[in-house]
Amino acid sequence: MNQDVFVSIEHLRGQVTDLSYGMLAAARQVAAEAGGEVVAVLLGHTGQHLAQGLAADRVLSIDHPALADFTSEAYIQAWSYLLREYNPRLALFGDTSIGADVAGGLSIRMGLPLVSACQVLLVENGELLFRSQICGGKIMAQGKLPPTTALVTMVPGGYRAEEARGEEPSEIISLEAPPLEDLSVRLKEYIEPEISDVDITKENVLVAVGRGIQNQDGIELVQELAEAIGGVVCASRPVIDQGWLPITRLVGKSGGQVKPVVYLALGISGAPEHVEGIVNSQVIIAVNTDLAAPIFNVAKYGLTCDLFDLVPILVDKIRLSRSIQV
Amino acid sequence: MKIVVLIKMVPDLVEELSISPSGIELDTTWLRLKINEFDDHAIEQAILLKEQYGGEVTVLAPEMEGVDDALFTAAAKGADRLIQLSGKFDNSWNNHALARAFLPLAQELQPDLVLTGVQAHNDLDGSLGPLVAALMGLPYVGYVAGVTVSDGVATIRKEYPAGLLAEMEVILPAVLGIQAAEQPPRYVAFSKVRQSMKTTTLDERPAGESDPQGGVTVEHMFQPETGEGATMLEGDLTQVTDKLVSILHELDVI
Amino acid sequence: MPIRETFWNIPQWAEIGQYILGLLSLLILIYGVVQRIRRWRQGQPENRSDQLLVRLKSLWVEGVLQARVTSDIYAGVMHLTIFWGMVVLFLGTVVATVDWDVTHLFFGFQFLTGGIYVIYELVLDIFGILLLVGLGMALYRRYIVRPGRLQNMPAGRLAWDDAYVLTMLVLITISGYLIEGLRIAVIRPDWAAWSPVGSAIASAFLALGDPTSRSLHLSLWTAHGLLSFMFIASVPYTKLFHLISTPVNIFFQSTKPVGALVPVRYSSGPGVQEWKNFTWKQILDFEACTRCGRCHDACSALGSCGLLSPRDLMIKLDQHVWERQNGKSLHGDVLSPEEIWACTTCRACSQVCPAYIDHVTTLVDLRRHLVDEGEMDGLLQEALTNLGRYGNSFGQSERMRARWTAGLEPAIKDIRKEPAEYLWFVGDYASYHAGMRDITRKTAEVFQKAGIDFGILYEAERNSGNDVRRVGEEGLFEMLVEKNLAVLDRCDYQSVVTTDPHSYNTLKNEYSTNGNGRHPVLHYGELLDRLLTAGQLKLSRKLDYTATYHDPCYLGRYNGVYDAPRRVISATGCKLVEMPRHGDRALCCGAGGGRIWMEEGPVLERSSEARIHEAVGQDGVQVLVTACPKDVAMYTDAVKTTGFADRLMVKELVELVHEAL
Repeated sequence: MNQDVFVSIEHLRGQVTDLSYGMLAAARQVAAEAGGEVVAVLLGHTGQHLAQGLAADRVLSIDHPALADFTSEAYIQAWSYLLREYNPRLALFGDTSIGADVAGGLSIRMGLPLVSACQVLLVENGELLFRSQICGGKIMAQGKLPPTTALVTMVPGGYRAEEARGEEPSEIISLEAPPLEDLSVRLKEYIEPEISDVDITKENVLVAVGRGIQNQDGIELVQELAEAIGGVVCASRPVIDQGWLPITRLVGKSGGQVKPVVYLALGISGAPEHVEGIVNSQVIIAVNTDLAAPIFNVAKYGLTCDLFDLVPILVDKIRLSRSIQV
Repeated sequence: MKIVVLIKMVPDLVEELSISPSGIELDTTWLRLKINEFDDHAIEQAILLKEQYGGEVTVLAPEMEGVDDALFTAAAKGADRLIQLSGKFDNSWNNHALARAFLPLAQELQPDLVLTGVQAHNDLDGSLGPLVAALMGLPYVGYVAGVTVSDGVATIRKEYPAGLLAEMEVILPAVLGIQAAEQPPRYVAFSKVRQSMKTTTLDERPAGESDPQGGVTVEHMFQPETGEGATMLEGDLTQVTDKLVSILHELDVI
Repeated sequence: MPIRETFWNIPQWAEIGQYILGLLSLLILIYGVVQRIRRWRQGQPENRSDQLLVRLKSLWVEGVLQARVTSDIYAGVMHLTIFWGMVVLFLGTVVATVDWDVTHLFFGFQFLTGGIYVIYELVLDIFGILLLVGLGMALYRRYIVRPGRLQNMPAGRLAWDDAYVLTMLVLITISGYLIEGLRIAVIRPDWAAWSPVGSAIASAFLALGDPTSRSLHLSLWTAHGLLSFMFIASVPYTKLFHLISTPVNIFFQSTKPVGALVPVRYSSGPGVQEWKNFTWKQILDFEACTRCGRCHDACSALGSCGLLSPRDLMIKLDQHVWERQNGKSLHGDVLSPEEIWACTTCRACSQVCPAYIDHVTTLVDLRRHLVDEGEMDGLLQEALTNLGRYGNSFGQSERMRARWTAGLEPAIKDIRKEPAEYLWFVGDYASYHAGMRDITRKTAEVFQKAGIDFGILYEAERNSGNDVRRVGEEGLFEMLVEKNLAVLDRCDYQSVVTTDPHSYNTLKNEYSTNGNGRHPVLHYGELLDRLLTAGQLKLSRKLDYTATYHDPCYLGRYNGVYDAPRRVISATGCKLVEMPRHGDRALCCGAGGGRIWMEEGPVLERSSEARIHEAVGQDGVQVLVTACPKDVAMYTDAVKTTGFADRLMVKELVELVHEAL
């Protein structure tokens, strides 16, 4: 077993996910201390260009039609081959719809230990430690990673994607695919959400609403604020579930990973599933009447006033300020 | 069609959690357990499939506090058989151990579909579904929100972020990790649950010894520090909104 | 010598024909009534034969004197004149029949002679005029004024039924007068003046001469006869059936407190799935309805969301039972879940109903079925799940229930461990709702200042179950009662005092059947009233607010407590002004019956906002006083959304007392 850290590069519809960059950043820190290399693993089909911009020492690329789109079985088989061949210290996967489908199967098939929900990897006294966030973000569990090849699924929040973007990998190695036949899982098609809508992941200013908005009228109030401020309205899961905003506006684990300059969170409690989507924001401003709401742990500025009292006044002041500028 | 649903109980987050004096696990004094929310969806999905295609639904659960209620509620919704793994499910039981304990029963039942929640908030060694699937040698797809079956093939919808869905075909038998049932878990009247407690039998099978190989050992469990975060803006509405406007100015937003 | 010449100008064949037709119409009447009774009996059994004297008294006051009908003065005059007009005229005919075909035929004498006879004629004429006045009022109101509540939605063809009744009454009355007039015109008796109307008509006819008058008289007499027999025979098949069903319904009203619902009859499934699951009394309710629409006007849900009208509910159910389903499903075709869920159980409908219909029990029974099917919105499902699991609808841990007591000096007694005179049942909203905790602390301070010996159940208290029961989750209600009683029975106390009228209602009326009747239950408003009156609680300040008081549904209409809170308000020095809808006409805030746990649905005008407008509409009112935590929650929101937050303060009764301490 060597000290290399393998990173599963997750990609969907031709785009590498932010979490993949975060994992590369994690791998960089660990590999540096452990004395190994960062190896990005890119499984796909005719997607080699995705290797550009991955901050890894090496990229191992396997190209095969069966890997064109993610399916659990094909990816497990490919990874089994890689782990047997290369025997790395760690293999990092996203704790996502892609990574979580693969890691567990690998753990059993190959008899390797698995730790999930990992936020941060630490090196203490030469030992590798995991620190995972469980129980709705209320509990941190920390321990040593066993001294064999270990599988880790990671959640966003511990590392900034920017740290691992933009560099070029030192080398890209194309590998022959192992046999990938008799697959029981097959992709039929993708179903896109009806997007006649903005892409919140590209917006610079976001005004977010949570359960505290109470009803549809509240959304309209916040739309005014978004317009005044030059931003876009987005939301946490409860608002989407109620149907007050389309799913394209969802921020969080199942939604968009946003990176605005300003994220104004109104009436949002700050549950981990939501916070996962906003950790890359520059400045988070949170408004919540509950001083103990977890959102205040990730926000830069906080207010405890009632958002319904605050927003109308804020809208007026912003409009005034804008008209003075002009 | 034979469906097996695997459920487990997880800490109820409504209660305040605290760490036991040992520092490596949760304090169980005030700990209450409730059914894993995603397992509840798995039960609902199983019942929906039974209503559509006919067949039998068996629910398996480890003997944890409050599991009786969860099982009898499942029976009141339409589950046909309830099997409880009896034993002491202490800290030595992780998902790997649970998966191994479920295995002989699940195999005996020879299901066409095994459903379980895609994850549980107290998972630390991965979620249950992929582990059981690998043990059974069956394919696994997780984050499933929608299942139809025809001719031994399940067509499922897999959730990706930002509302993207992938429609996939899975050859049965298979294990699915349910993110959301096609409709929210139905309400069952209290009287119906009470009724099912009287009329449904709860089978018991011994769980055996726990084999947690494949998991990790927690050496330090703690609660994240709160309140180190935000700078609170104080004052009345006028002062506070003025401060906000100047912050937005500084950031070049307005 | 004045005497009644019955059958003057009437040939033998007509006389006989009349009796045959009379018998026939009577048989049809009996047949129709029997059919109706048989249909009632297809419903489930229910015991309503207790307390006969109370029932008879109510029948007298409400059926004969028609007290509730007269609460609307116009309608009262209208109905009483029609009612007594018809009764007297009908009795007049009966008396005349006895006079001619019994005493005269069998015993050879008539008693309708002389002074008796002329008084008889006068009375009949006068009541005939009253009848016509009443009919005129009815026609005017129904066809000129056209108030919304008489519009018979959804079954438009019932308008023909209404028209039929009024037309028949008018025709019968007028034909009766015409006949009298014609007879007088021909006979010209000396005592004609005792029939003033008849005489007046007679003069008009005199131009026509004798033979024309006679044949016209016979035709009119025949027509009058036919109309009357048709009228009688049609009683079981038209709105006229209320002549029988309404008094019977009044007689069979419930003698139990209105705040005590009847437990589920599991034998016919929980709740009502099809019409035969209703009890015979509920089916009778539908048939006793005269579609007067007062419930429609009083209903807060109707004004709020437009989905439910108690009147329409009765019309639809009556029709459904009448056509014996006709292939329609009760849930789905006849009634929608939205309409069944829209009710706040405030009882404004039953309170005004002159026929003593109990709309709320019917709705709760329908809800029991919906709950059994799991047919409810997501928010209600969440609330019920939380209630089942944590014993409160907020989804917060039981351990948080008594957090509001933190920091209170001296600490409140734990009545599980020590005896106390008063067991203070705090309630969910007062304990868990962020906006209420302060008020609950003030309540504790007021109790302490008054020196009363009280304790609370701390974490052992559970939701009392009042609204859970009204939502139709009877199983959950039973569980909550069990849990609460298990704790209550272990405690040592004399009386229960509650913050919330909802807990008050169920603890007082529904828990007692489970063995807790030995302990009187008070609402804190009643307790404060007693303490102030006895001088045990002294107020040092005089507040000079002009205040108006909102009667909570479960305190006022349900339990008749109207005066005690008002005395408390006056004792604090406030000037009390009444809103138009006060006392038993108070407009529900919209939170009851589990509505506060449900999704809002379409909004026409929120009743809480309508109430704010009503309060503000009273000159000089500065404070709206409530005596229920849910009222406080609803009105605090409404005063903001209506923009009156700087004009009107919403205060709980205890806050006034606390301020005046």
